[in-house]
Amino acid sequence: MKIYGVALLAFCYLVGKLFGSLLGQRLGIAGDVGGVGFAMLFLILLNSYIKKKGWLEDETEKGILFWSSMYIPVVIAMASILNVKAALSGGWVALIVGVVVTVSSFFLVPVISKIGRNQN
Amino acid sequence: MELLNSLIDKNGLVFAFLLVGIIMLLSFWFSKTFLNKKIPGVAIAVLVGLGLATLGGEKGISDIPVFAGMALLGGAMLRDFTVVATAMGADINKIKDAGLAGAISLLVGVFFSFFFGALIAYLMGYRDAISITTIGAGACTYIVGPITGGAICASSDVIAISIAIGVVKTIVTTILTPLIAPKIGLDNPHSAVVFGGLIGTSSGVTAGLAATDPKLVPYGALTATFYTGLGCLLCPSLFYLVLNFVL
Repeated sequence: MKIYGVALLAFCYLVGKLFGSLLGQRLGIAGDVGGVGFAMLFLILLNSYIKKKGWLEDETEKGILFWSSMYIPVVIAMASILNVKAALSGGWVALIVGVVVTVSSFFLVPVISKIGRNQN
Repeated sequence: MELLNSLIDKNGLVFAFLLVGIIMLLSFWFSKTFLNKKIPGVAIAVLVGLGLATLGGEKGISDIPVFAGMALLGGAMLRDFTVVATAMGADINKIKDAGLAGAISLLVGVFFSFFFGALIAYLMGYRDAISITTIGAGACTYIVGPITGGAICASSDVIAISIAIGVVKTIVTTILTPLIAPKIGLDNPHSAVVFGGLIGTSSGVTAGLAATDPKLVPYGALTATFYTGLGCLLCPSLFYLVLNFVL
């Protein structure tokens, strides 16, 4: 049943967020640190475990894949609720710092991508 | 008309599904018919979204009551839930290979964004450590900025600027990622992990990668999710002390 997949996803999501919040609390930051990352790791590990055991049915997997395919529509809705006006009205400082720092960071990608490449 | 308004009011999320569906349909059609798919449909749809956001205020188009459902569909809960779901398509071995590079990219990303942002603030005439720290933190993400500014008691206009910087970063990342991706070799999971760690704005990274190649989304999201936390940890403490010492 598809709901099993959705429930599995919800479980990983909540456990990940819990981990992230606990880590945040430990570090003295209100909010969650890496919750989504932990949740993704849980899902990947749990998924490969139940696949190995042969417990993962097609229908279950479809429940997760549906939400995965809803990702792009969610991103588009997210773009429409950003505070674009503030970004434009933050003045030159906001525009210059935002654009220059971001574009420069892009060009560090090939430099750092070299790390750990040799193993591939 | 009143009946229609109250119908949409009560069914905001469902209306948002319809609206986003129509935006995507038109964007993909536009990309295919007029642009020969040179600019991906997703990128156009995201641009349409950003355009719609200018119609509203602080919460974009969802400030207009009829479009309130967009805040639910595009809010943090569904964003994170769907991002986690994309992990189904991720390969654990590729993540393991990129682990070290990902961790380094996170540290370099926060360090670089903060100090480069701080340097520009200095060049633009800011001289007090508190304002410069807050602006540098804003160059990390729009969450790190206000949290840092609040922690070190920055003035509210500087905090507003730091939020604006973070939002500019998100928008620039969203728009430029598909355009710059070929130039920086952003076409495989390994560099997507590094990209997520260097840029760090979860919304921008995931939207940008979605427009570049949806297969890369989980890899970028995985590192980006740690960035804001790391920034909130380092900016108001270590980085602020360093700047205070230098100035």
